[in-house]
Amino acid sequence: MKYQPIIGFEVHLQPKTKSKMFCTCSAEYFGSQPNSHTCPTCLGLPGALPVPNKEGLEKCILLALALNCNINKTTKFDRKNYFYPDLPKGYQISQYDVPVGEKGFIEFDIDGDSRRIRITRVHMEEDTGKSMYERKKTLLDFNKSGVPLIEIVTEPDFVDVKEVDKFAKRLRQIVRYLGIGDADMEKGQMRYELNISLKRPGEKGLPDYKVEVKNIASISVLKKIIVKEIKRQSKMLDKGETPRQETRGLRNMDGDTVSQRVKEGSDDYRYFPEPDIPPIFISEEWLDDIKKDLIELPQEKKDRYIKEYDLEPDSAENIARNKARASFFEACLKSASKVEDINEYAQEIANWILGELTRLKKKNDVLYKDLRVKPEDLLELISAIKTNKITGTIAKNVLEQTFKTGKSVETIIEDKDLEVVNDKEQIEEFIDKAIEDNPKVVKSLEKNPNAIQFLVGQVMRLSKGKANPKLAEKMLKEKFL
Amino acid sequence: MKDLSKIRLFEAIDLIKKQKLKSEELVRYHLELANTKGKDLNAFITVLDDSIEKAREVDQKIQEGKKVGLLAGIPCTVKDILMTKGIRTTAASKILKDFIAPYSATVVEKLEEEGAVIIGKTNCDPFAYGASGENSGFGPTLNPIDNTRVPGGSSSGAAASLAAGIGLFAIGTDTGGSVRQPASLCGLVGLKVTYGRNSRYGLIAMASSFDTPGILSHTVREAAFIEEIIAGKDSKDATTYDLPVENYFKKLNEIKNLDKVKVGVPKQYFEQGITQDVKQAVQKTITKMKKNGAEIIDVSLPILKQGISVYYILVPSEISSNMARYDGIRFGRKEEDNYMQNLLKTRSKYLEPEVKRRIMLGTYALSAGYADEYYKHASRVRVKITREIMELFKEVDILVGPTSPFVAFKLGEKSNDPLAMYLADVYTVNANIAGCPAISINCGYNKEGLPIGFQIMSEKFSEAKLLGIAANTEKIINES
Repeated sequence: MKYQPIIGFEVHLQPKTKSKMFCTCSAEYFGSQPNSHTCPTCLGLPGALPVPNKEGLEKCILLALALNCNINKTTKFDRKNYFYPDLPKGYQISQYDVPVGEKGFIEFDIDGDSRRIRITRVHMEEDTGKSMYERKKTLLDFNKSGVPLIEIVTEPDFVDVKEVDKFAKRLRQIVRYLGIGDADMEKGQMRYELNISLKRPGEKGLPDYKVEVKNIASISVLKKIIVKEIKRQSKMLDKGETPRQETRGLRNMDGDTVSQRVKEGSDDYRYFPEPDIPPIFISEEWLDDIKKDLIELPQEKKDRYIKEYDLEPDSAENIARNKARASFFEACLKSASKVEDINEYAQEIANWILGELTRLKKKNDVLYKDLRVKPEDLLELISAIKTNKITGTIAKNVLEQTFKTGKSVETIIEDKDLEVVNDKEQIEEFIDKAIEDNPKVVKSLEKNPNAIQFLVGQVMRLSKGKANPKLAEKMLKEKFL
Repeated sequence: MKDLSKIRLFEAIDLIKKQKLKSEELVRYHLELANTKGKDLNAFITVLDDSIEKAREVDQKIQEGKKVGLLAGIPCTVKDILMTKGIRTTAASKILKDFIAPYSATVVEKLEEEGAVIIGKTNCDPFAYGASGENSGFGPTLNPIDNTRVPGGSSSGAAASLAAGIGLFAIGTDTGGSVRQPASLCGLVGLKVTYGRNSRYGLIAMASSFDTPGILSHTVREAAFIEEIIAGKDSKDATTYDLPVENYFKKLNEIKNLDKVKVGVPKQYFEQGITQDVKQAVQKTITKMKKNGAEIIDVSLPILKQGISVYYILVPSEISSNMARYDGIRFGRKEEDNYMQNLLKTRSKYLEPEVKRRIMLGTYALSAGYADEYYKHASRVRVKITREIMELFKEVDILVGPTSPFVAFKLGEKSNDPLAMYLADVYTVNANIAGCPAISINCGYNKEGLPIGFQIMSEKFSEAKLLGIAANTEKIINES
């Protein structure tokens, strides 16, 4: 590409909290009757005061920590003043010069290389109400007013849409993983603001213009916008024009945008410290307490799985991606800790989790927290296969039984007499029956030695999967070939 | 038959509890007065005639031997800037002319829990912006001592009504002297406590980092008694402190005289702008304190002079933001269909001139390019003033001086000169800037019989000490 895209972001994220950021109204407003989740504070009534929500602030601190930010020891809230119908106080409580966290980063792998995107700041603020346009009227719903929002601002470090995609997904994963929020895009719990410009060949520093696109509620639309915006700006630059410094709004879900407002200089929000909320001191004790929730993140887990257990990268990635799945995997490893060759088990465990267990979970719509299969069961299953106690086919069957009944793998194998039959006499009986049932196949054996596999299959069917298939094959071969 | 006009707070509490006087009788008397004399003075925006029902309920409870609160059946007034549930609350501005408060301020709730009967919402300067009461969207309040003069402000109606004998105490608010200055001009006691001691929840904000609910009363003892009731941490106000409320009333007796009390007298208080009669009365009081054992220490605090500048930059800045919610959507009347046009028109039409003036001053002081010079600079000076006052309190127990540089002035005398009006706050603002408690007590009258106020200020959260010293000072003033 001729031009180098320069892309930065602001992400607004709704942390999961019981109440709104500055009042005791429930933050679970989605789908509720308009204006049913309101009180004097979030309606901005005269005399009402904001009291900060500790849970919201802690989630903001946790995210800032996860994004490797420096945490300001004393943080404070500020007022961002502007008039808008759905902003009931005429100002938004936000953070200006002392955000919760600053100077962090997110790292991810891309095309086999590691990439670092710098995080400028992470701060806490409140959401506004919602304006709805009906015929010629504007209707206001203040259920969303005062709901906590965490704002994450990046440096303009992205150079292509692939990086943006990786970043957006990684961020969403971190948020969900740490239990900071559901990041439910459909409920608007994660929204993006994009700023994008193109650097001309040989141009030093940042371009002399910046285009902003606000209120993007999906990663796929975000990607489409970037692609279209790069095209639009490239065309202008080709003609020797400089794109306008402006804010563009989304026109449709295909990523088409339209100019909304031409910006001359920056807005004057007349920020000043929120006098209704004293500065907040984040003590070491408090920080340590919050750090307890800072569990290992997916990328770190993946790396560790590969390093410690020699897991295949794809398996490691797929296990680490889902927090509940990773927890189950680690619980299995823990119960396998006595096994000599844990690495051999680790890959097997991963295979079973990603394969049969995931299939059963999906089919029966069961979550990990409700799972009746215990880590010991999976281990038992794997070791039963390894010691030729049961066959792979039987194993799947056993797992399904455990999955459905909660009975341990050991019990099921014993109860149902599922152990592999190694007794030659017993197998001989199955072979005789198979020969008797399939005279044509037996005849064809001379021309087609591969038909022996069919007979092995028949033996397995007759023995209900219990016969040792290798032994059966060997015996059949001895008989006919 | 008792002369109801002579019954003050403690006697009334006693008589009602002992069933020697019915609250209904007392409240009816005060309501009548509010509707006659109170109306003449324009001291009330709303008189609550229905409050007689509450008085009856109290009487009923007492008759049945049920437990009643500390202020059972006591008539009082509340400045119309404090929210009172189900009752019109206007902040004395036309933009809230018909606003019915959907909830009550914490201090109002606390008074009502103790059985107080609120008989009316008192007039004041709009949103408490003013020092004379003349800015009110409901017309000026008159001083009961001389009807051609102002009662002071912004708690104009609170002071005028109480001085006229209506209600047994009054709740006001003090952002730069709005309780103390009218108390001074009407010959009453005005108490502003430490910022964060009384909850601001339900106080229609003027300048959030300065506003403090306060008390107007006839004596220091009364103020101590009421303060003990309304003080304390409020989970709805993040700026209140989680410190136990001292037993102010009981502790009054612990300070028996002014012996060894270190009294700081800032010389800057007497340099400029002070009128002769005020100066004499204040100095006479200081001499009396000395005679009664107090140690008078001359102090110099040049930075005190910056107080008024700091105040009139920071306060309008906060005002400009606090006033933004009155955008014509939910308050005032809709004037235009378009949001921005309606915003401009409603605010132009319904906000009073002084309100507009302060919004403009504050918007300017916070604007990009000017904020460094004004808002931020003033914030730094605020810190410096606070620090220097705190330093001073290591040497002295209290700082004393006049409450107001002049006695009650004529209506209209300063209305056309906002700067002269702003100087009315010159002695009172520093307590709000530093967040310290301060009290104004009457220390005499000039030749025309107009009252003069004496201000005592002490360090943060030393209300018990402040009230004790003030009570003793009050005593020696009255003795001569």
